[in-house]
Amino acid sequence: MRLAVLDHGHSAGTKALFALIRLLSRQPVLEAVKLVKYRADFYGRPMQRVTQEAMRGPSAWPVGDRELMAAIVAQANACEWCTKAHAAVAQAAYRDQARVSAALGDLDTAAMAEPLRATLRMLRKLTREHAVDANDMRALLAAGVSRPQIEDALAVAFALNTMCRLADAFGFFVPGPQAFEAGAKYLLARGYR
Amino acid sequence: MPDIKQARAVLEARIVEGAGQAPPAQRRAAFNNAGVSEPLAAVIDKVARHAYRVTDGDIAAARASGLSEDQIFEMVICAAVGQATRQYDTAMAALEAAAGER
Repeated sequence: MRLAVLDHGHSAGTKALFALIRLLSRQPVLEAVKLVKYRADFYGRPMQRVTQEAMRGPSAWPVGDRELMAAIVAQANACEWCTKAHAAVAQAAYRDQARVSAALGDLDTAAMAEPLRATLRMLRKLTREHAVDANDMRALLAAGVSRPQIEDALAVAFALNTMCRLADAFGFFVPGPQAFEAGAKYLLARGYR
Repeated sequence: MPDIKQARAVLEARIVEGAGQAPPAQRRAAFNNAGVSEPLAAVIDKVARHAYRVTDGDIAAARASGLSEDQIFEMVICAAVGQATRQYDTAMAALEAAAGER
């Protein structure tokens, strides 16, 4: 972590919470948790409301699909931390590790429904090129993705395009798979609140 | 999606205009990635365009220039949310244009 305040600047109550998390999970506190808990009124709380709505709010996309979208956007941002974090949640939501690995390995050949594939391609383009145009959206609608589904996918992209920038700019430490698996279990049970 | 729209508006207003240590005009500049004062202009642009290229040295240099960690924290957050907002708005406008024809 490049800012010491994000490691050590939390209130006494938050530090006690971190000690409890370490004790119960037997894992280090994930850097994303340290970020949202630091001066939470500035960024953490308002951002968690956005993220909760995008990732767990009402949507035609199941949670697993939205977590896979998050992982694909993270991968397109070249953000290792967020790619691993959301791949772990998608794997847990789908109860299928291979399906997520295949999608991240080769989006064009991985087995999945075509509307989801078309959506993931659009999100990848938006993330890499910072823009998509009406032609991209026409193709998506023609592939059978509804307008509300596209809007919901763009909400996921908003949350991740914010988070990846912060993870990379603040230099999040990338822990081992067990820490992400513990985090995934929590995020599936409790969401992003 | 009125819920996400409102939640995004609250987030933007809080980080740019709410209480903070960096001046609101500089936070707005970071959000827009336009008009940021040196020495932060280069690192804010990196956060917006390719955050994976930010280095330890970039953040250390910002700190060495006299900015506090809290100011850097705020400016980086504004830059990240600002770029994600532009991407989102561009895509929503493209969707509006495409869906309006149907």
